[in-house]
Formats: sequence, structure tokens, C-alpha cells
Amino acid sequence: MEAIDIFSYFLLLLLLLSGVKVVTTSNVIHAAIFLVFTLATTAVLFILLSAEFVALVLILVYIGAVIVLFLFGVMITRAPLGPNAELDNDQNKLMAAVISLSIFGIFTYILLQTFDSTVVISEGTSTKLLGEILLSRFVFPFELVSFVLLGALIGGITLARKDNALMDEDQI
Amino acid sequence: MSIQPLLIAAAALFSIGIYGILVRRNAVMVLLSIELILNSVNINFVAFNAMLSDVFLNGQIFSIFIITIAAAEVGIGLAIVLMLFRNRETANINEFDLMKW
Repeated sequence: MEAIDIFSYFLLLLLLLSGVKVVTTSNVIHAAIFLVFTLATTAVLFILLSAEFVALVLILVYIGAVIVLFLFGVMITRAPLGPNAELDNDQNKLMAAVISLSIFGIFTYILLQTFDSTVVISEGTSTKLLGEILLSRFVFPFELVSFVLLGALIGGITLARKDNALMDEDQI
Repeated sequence: MSIQPLLIAAAALFSIGIYGILVRRNAVMVLLSIELILNSVNINFVAFNAMLSDVFLNGQIFSIFIITIAAAEVGIGLAIVLMLFRNRETANINEFDLMKW
């Protein structure tokens, strides 16, 4: 077993442990911080898989923007910042564990049946090539995604702004 | 480095996200679990891209698109949660049962 194998197994273990902590911790801020850990481990994994540009985009967009948005959302909705026993639906826990474990079992069975232990080749990706493909072969989805972002911008502003003339508080 | 541990770890992350969606009571925490699920799909795309050594880098480009859509989804989702909080004074999804029969 090479050193890179041991390192990647360690990374996968760290990924799963921090992912479990995201859904089990009783502190809202800690959940967001553990999501940062999960995403950072994923970025390191992407670098190992020779997807450097995707790793950097993940760090910039997720850790830079999305987590900040989540922390703002937590603070605006006045979630209790300390440990909070009210965060989970306790009567759902058993059913949720059964459902998620059965999904994991089915996936693992299918994956082990379908894929043999093919070695992942990693020889590095040229970001220049990625940009050229993005702006030639995928130029239509690229432009479409910019419209999605524009729609999200307009929708976010429209939903979050306070407009008493359009919205009667008693009717909702 | 073989493909199987990567795929199984991504499947485990997916089921952790499903567990979080079913268990959490705060709407912001449900959005956090959705991010875990999208992240597991990203891992799968990049792993398959590396396994097939694709000339057109389809896997990496798809994961960039997924990251973009996820950012838009978080913005809209938090705006909806903010709107619900403004009208109901809570972010607890058990309280939002208006469309439940």
C-alpha cells in the first residue's frame, strides 16, 4: 500500500466523521463549522484526484460564500447559539437511521457488484483546457447557468425584502 | 488509489445527508444536510472523471455546474426560511403544516 493510499483513506475517514458531526451535533454554529471541515476535506480529495480547479472553486464558493450565508441565516432566524436539545425530532431518529442505513446498504451492494477495484489515474488537469471546453462544448449550459444565477438573485431580493403594500401580514 | 472506497464514502455521505434531512427540526440545518448530499454527488463526478481519464473533462465541468446551482439554491432557500421566520416567528419545520392534510 502506497503512502497516497493511506493518506486518502485517512481523508475519507475524516470526511465521514465530520459529516456525521454535521447532522448529530446539538449546536447550530458547530454544525456549520463541521460542514467547513467536510468541504475542506473534499477539496483536498479533489486535488488528489487531479481536479485542482474544481477544488479551488469549492473552497471559494462553498467555504467563502455559502458558509457565511448559512451563519447569517442562523443568526437572523435567532436560533439558540448554545447547545440546544430542541434541534432534533427525537421520534424520527429511529426511522431516519433505518432509512439512511438501508439506502447506504443498497448503494454499497450495487457499487461493489458493478465496479471492481479499478485504479484511479491522476495525471493533472490543465485549467486552460477546462476553460476552453467550458466555453466551446458547454457554452450553452454555461450561459443558462448565468440566467439561473440572475433568477436566484432577483428571487432572493424579492423574497427577503419587506414590502407591506404587497403583503398583508394577517393573511399569511 | 482505487475507485471503490471513494464511491462508498460518497454513498455514506449521501445517506448521512438523508438522515440529517429527516431528523433535523431547524430549517437551516435541513439546508446544511442538502449541501452534504450535493457534495457527495460532486465526489462521484470527479472520481469517475479521474477513473475514465475523460478528454472532455465532463465530470469536472458537471461538478462546477452543481456547485453553481447549489449556491443559487442556498440563496433562495435562506430567503424562503427568512420569509417564514418573519411570518411565523420560528424556523422550526414542524410548525409549517399549512399544506399538510
